[in-house]
Parts: sequence; C-alpha cells; structure tokens
Amino acid sequence: MKSPDKKTLLEMFATMNKIREFETKLQEFFAAGKIPGFVHLYLGEEAVATGACAALDTTDSITSTHRGHGHCLAKGGDLRRMMAEIYGRRTGYCKGKGGSMHIADFDLGILGANGIVGAGGPLACGSAFAQKYKKTDRVTVCFFGDGASNQGTTQESLNLASAWKLPLVFVNENNGYGISCPQCKSMAVTDIADRAAAYDMPGVVVDGNDVLAVYEAVTEAVKRARRGEGPSLVECKTYRWRGHFEGDACTYRCVEELNDWLAKDPIPRFATKLVEAGIASQDELEAISVGIKADVEAAVAYAEASPYPDAAELLDDVYA
Amino acid sequence: MANKTYLQALNEAMRQEMERDENVFILGEDVGQFGGCFGVTKGLFDRFGEARVIDTPITESVIVGTAAGAAASGLRPIAELMFVDFIGVALDQLFNQAAKMRFMFGGKAKVPMTLRMPQGAGVGAAAQHSQSLEAWFMHIPGLKVAIPATPHDAKGLLISAIRDDNPVVFLEHKMLYGLEGEVPDEPYTVPFGQADIKRVGTDVTVVATSLMVQSALAAAERLAAEGVSVEVVDPRTVLPLDMDTIIESVKKTHCLVVAHEAVGFAGPGAEIVAQVAEKALDYLDAPVKRVAAPFSPIPFTPPLEKAWIPSADDIVAAVKSIR
Ligand SMILES: Cc1ncc(C[n+]2csc(CCOP(=O)(O)OP(=O)(O)O)c2C)c(N)n1
Repeated sequence: MKSPDKKTLLEMFATMNKIREFETKLQEFFAAGKIPGFVHLYLGEEAVATGACAALDTTDSITSTHRGHGHCLAKGGDLRRMMAEIYGRRTGYCKGKGGSMHIADFDLGILGANGIVGAGGPLACGSAFAQKYKKTDRVTVCFFGDGASNQGTTQESLNLASAWKLPLVFVNENNGYGISCPQCKSMAVTDIADRAAAYDMPGVVVDGNDVLAVYEAVTEAVKRARRGEGPSLVECKTYRWRGHFEGDACTYRCVEELNDWLAKDPIPRFATKLVEAGIASQDELEAISVGIKADVEAAVAYAEASPYPDAAELLDDVYA
Repeated sequence: MANKTYLQALNEAMRQEMERDENVFILGEDVGQFGGCFGVTKGLFDRFGEARVIDTPITESVIVGTAAGAAASGLRPIAELMFVDFIGVALDQLFNQAAKMRFMFGGKAKVPMTLRMPQGAGVGAAAQHSQSLEAWFMHIPGLKVAIPATPHDAKGLLISAIRDDNPVVFLEHKMLYGLEGEVPDEPYTVPFGQADIKRVGTDVTVVATSLMVQSALAAAERLAAEGVSVEVVDPRTVLPLDMDTIIESVKKTHCLVVAHEAVGFAGPGAEIVAQVAEKALDYLDAPVKRVAAPFSPIPFTPPLEKAWIPSADDIVAAVKSIR
C-alpha cells in the first residue's frame, strides 16, 4: 500500500492532538465540577479513532461507544458543539439532552455515541445494510471495546454482517479492560481478531498506538467492503490512560503497566516518524498543536457562554 | 441498632445471607474487587472469595440466564446489573425464562434468584442510564418486584428476596444509596406484599415508592404546617402489591395521590389508581392525582433533568389541587 499523502498525515497529527487537548480540558473541568454526569476519556487511544476515520470519506458512517469523543472528533465533529453538549447547553450537538455519552452528527455519518455496551454492532449492521440496499459504495465502521466484544449483540452482528456481506468494518479497541475486569478474566482468547475466523471474515491485529498501522489495516478493510466482499475485523491493541470514568480510583491495575503504555504515547511516536520522514519539522508540528489549543479554548468559551435549554423543551423531539 | 446508609444495609444483607447459606453467591460486572459500579458489593469479594463473588464478562443476557439456570439447579444467586436500563439486553432471560419456568413446567422448577438493579435519575446520566422501569416487571406474572425506600426496608427486603423461592427483581434507587437510617445489626426480613405507613395522616393518602417516599414525606411536612394531614403509604413491593393497606388508607382519608418517578403514562400508579377505582370509588371525595415523570426520555442537562424528576413541590401541588 502506498503511504498517505502529506496533507492526510498532517491532518491525522492534528486530529490526534485535537482529541488529546479536548480531553485534557475535560479531565480538568470534570475535576472542577463544571461537567455533570459521566465522562469516559479516550486519552492514550487517539491513534485508533484517528487512523480508522482517516481511512473513511465524509459520507461513510461510524457507530461509537460510551468513550466516543475521539471517534466524533476524528470523523470531523465540531469542537464547539461537542463541548457545548458536554456542558449540557442548548447549542450542543443534541441540544443538551444527550451529554458526553450520546453525541451524534448524522450529517457527518456519526450515528451516535452509545451508553449501552455492545449496542453499536446491530446499528452498524443496519447502517451498512442501508448502503448496500441503496447500492452506494459507502462503508460503516463499528467501534467497540474488548468488553463489548463479549456481548451477544456484537457476536450476532459479526455473524449477520458476514452472512449478508455487509460493507462494514469492525474496529475493536482493545484497551485490556472492561471497567475493572481484565481481558484474561472475561475471555479465553488472547486476540479478539481470532473470533473473525468463526464468521469467515478477515481478522487482523494491529498496534493500536501506531496511527499508520491502524490507518493501513482499516484502509484495506474499507476497500474490501467497498468491493462488496463483506466485513472485516481489525483489532487495535491499545490502553486507556485514565480510569474507566473520571473519578474511578483505578486500583485494579498497576502503575508499572500504565507507565509502560505512557511510554508508548501515540502522539510523540507519530511526530518522530513525521519528522524523520521529512514530512514536517518539529516546529511545524508544534505550531499545529498550539493552534489546536486555541481552538479548544474557543470551544470552552463558546460552551460556557451558551444557555441551558428551557424546561419547556422537555417534550420536544420525543416524536418526529 | 446503628445508623447505616441504604448502601450499607444492602451490603450487610448480602453478607449475612452468604454467611448463613453457602448456596448464596453473587455474580455481575465488576462486583468483585471493584465492589460494583456503586460500591454495593464492596468487601464481599475479600470476605467470600472469587468463587462466590464472581466478575462476569459484559453479557447481561448470560448474567440473568446463568442466575436463572443456577437457581433452578439449587443455588441462590444474587445477580447485579449495573443499571436497570441494561435489562433491555437480557429481557428474554428474565421475562420468558426465569419468570415462566415454574409455571410452564407445571410447578417442577423453583427459581430462587435475586436480580439487583439500580434505577432512577438525578446524576446526569441521561436517557440510557436513568430510567425507572418497575412497571415493566410488574406486568410479568412469575416475577416479584421489591422497591425499597429506606435503609431499614432495603436490608429486610433484600433478605426476603434472597430467601424467596421465586425470581425477585430488586430495584434500588441511586439517589437513595447515601440515605441514612436505623438498621438492626442482626438479619431480619421485611415481608413482601406488606405496605408500610411511613407517616400517619387523616386528610390525604399519598402512595409513594422509592425516592418519592422521601419527597412525599417532605411534602407532608410542609402540608402539615398548612394544616393538611397527609398519610404516606409505601408499598415496598409493587409485586405483590398490598392494595388492602392502600384501600384502608383511602377509606380513612377519602383522597388519593400516587407518586412515582417512572413515567406516568401506563406507569405503576395506573394500576394502583385503577384498583382504588374498582374497589373503593365510593370512598373518594375528590379525583385521584398522579405525580410522575413526563412522557419523555430522561434529559442529560441538569436543569432539564431536574424539571423531569417529580418533586416534593409537585406532590404538594397535587394534594392542594384536591384538598
Ligand atoms: C449493556 C451495558 N452493560 C454494562 C454497561 C456498563 N459499562 C459501561 S462501559 C463498560 C465497559 C466497557 O468495556 P469495553 O467495551 O472494553 O470498552 P472500554 O470502556 O474499555 O473503552 C461497562 C461494563 C453498559 N453501559 N451497558
């Protein structure tokens, strides 16, 4: 496969930084009591959403999870409307009714973050089916965790997608844990990708902290899906830096493990590659992250200045 | 007798029943070392070990089904789902399997399982993590449904649930976990199907469940200051439902308000009101009132969520509208 062009590479770098900065701010504001509800951060996993979404067109779709900020940003989500939603403001993506766990932008093919673990698979089947039915060449990516891979819904979706040769790519984000439960206690296999064999679809394992590895594997799978050859399963081995949710004391895993993974930070790794390949200088990359910091600041200011919805809006949008 | 929280009362009930009966075990997501999503099973893993406090994969359907199968095979499982909303994933195992097994098989099976699930809004958890779903379970013959409102009832009802030979859906309210009250140290049971008069009054009966019991008591306090005497009746289990106590109270007060956090339309209050209409219409001096959530999913943003949850103010207003 030929490597992505310079523009794509720099966009990927920007996206990873966007997710990092957005979530670092969320971490801070949640701790300061400014954000209600649950917040599940994606810090450390930026390469997965970024690499996978870079392999998609704007017209392709994704289904997301409870840990969805990264997916949404990588698929082109607007910083301000996301921040406003997480703040519960009327200007947010869902008019403040969804919050962190339920952000969607159907115009960008973001079919919604989801509070129900494993619910994305069936929805992704429906999305992929609709494209096949309408004879477009659009593809759907279903993001799901290692924990979610054990739900019947996920296994049923893998089966259906394969039986019906749906244009679907299952992107597994294997960060080793479902809340406190390590992978070894919840399944007998080491590689979730092995399960693809049961459904007669390709299953590959990639380094989920290497954005290019994710990009390449998902690009292959997307091509296959567009050719009408059906779904694939791409397992991305990664790690979440934070607790399951903000406020989780995270006593179930050891500091050494975390430190090992912090050392594999996907962003500086990618930066080094970009510099070594002569794509950009360290200064140019620095300028990108500084610009993003300013954009995120602006999003925060926008969210904080936005009004809450009115109680009279409670019954709006229950039905079309 | 010591002051304990609702959460501690539940934890103590499980610990004491596990000490008493080795067939009792716990299964669910993160119930082990982690102690459960809200901390209700904290310490039990250390006390009883991983053979009896078992972390499962994220597979609600299998959690409920494993509990049902193990119960039918002689054990007494306590299964936990992190949020009642996740029962959607496991409904068949609960509604069609656990609930019907005994009846369908002509009384051959016993399914002594307890399914603990937190429900309720108030923590900004939005539409898929905040519902109150007791009406769903009340509609299924074969289940029992406990819905404690105080620490005392939480412990006694949970012990009854564990000892019961039927599948019991045990609904905890997230906003009650921190509530303190007097709880005896020794094991005791609160019988199913026996409502509790949480406050005696003469002018209006307010039947309230779960968190709304607290709101009804607050409303009663305020109304007392205005000279209205409110009787607060807490059914404690909505299946079986102690209509006798409710009807006795209505015969005394001649006015009825029902308060619950579940959506009003086709909610648990509809059954209570219908039975009062059937059995005690002549005793009513005013129309009945329901205080319940509006017909919408639960919004995330705090001001809307607050507006969505029925409040003590709403109960005061309902009482005043018929008094
Ligand atoms: C049906 C359902 N069961 C349980 C939960 C609670 N829950 C939320 S996230 C989570 C862990 C998910 O693990 P995984 O799929 O590996 O994703 P990760 O959090 O690691 O990104 C659990 C158990 C839920 N939201 N929905």
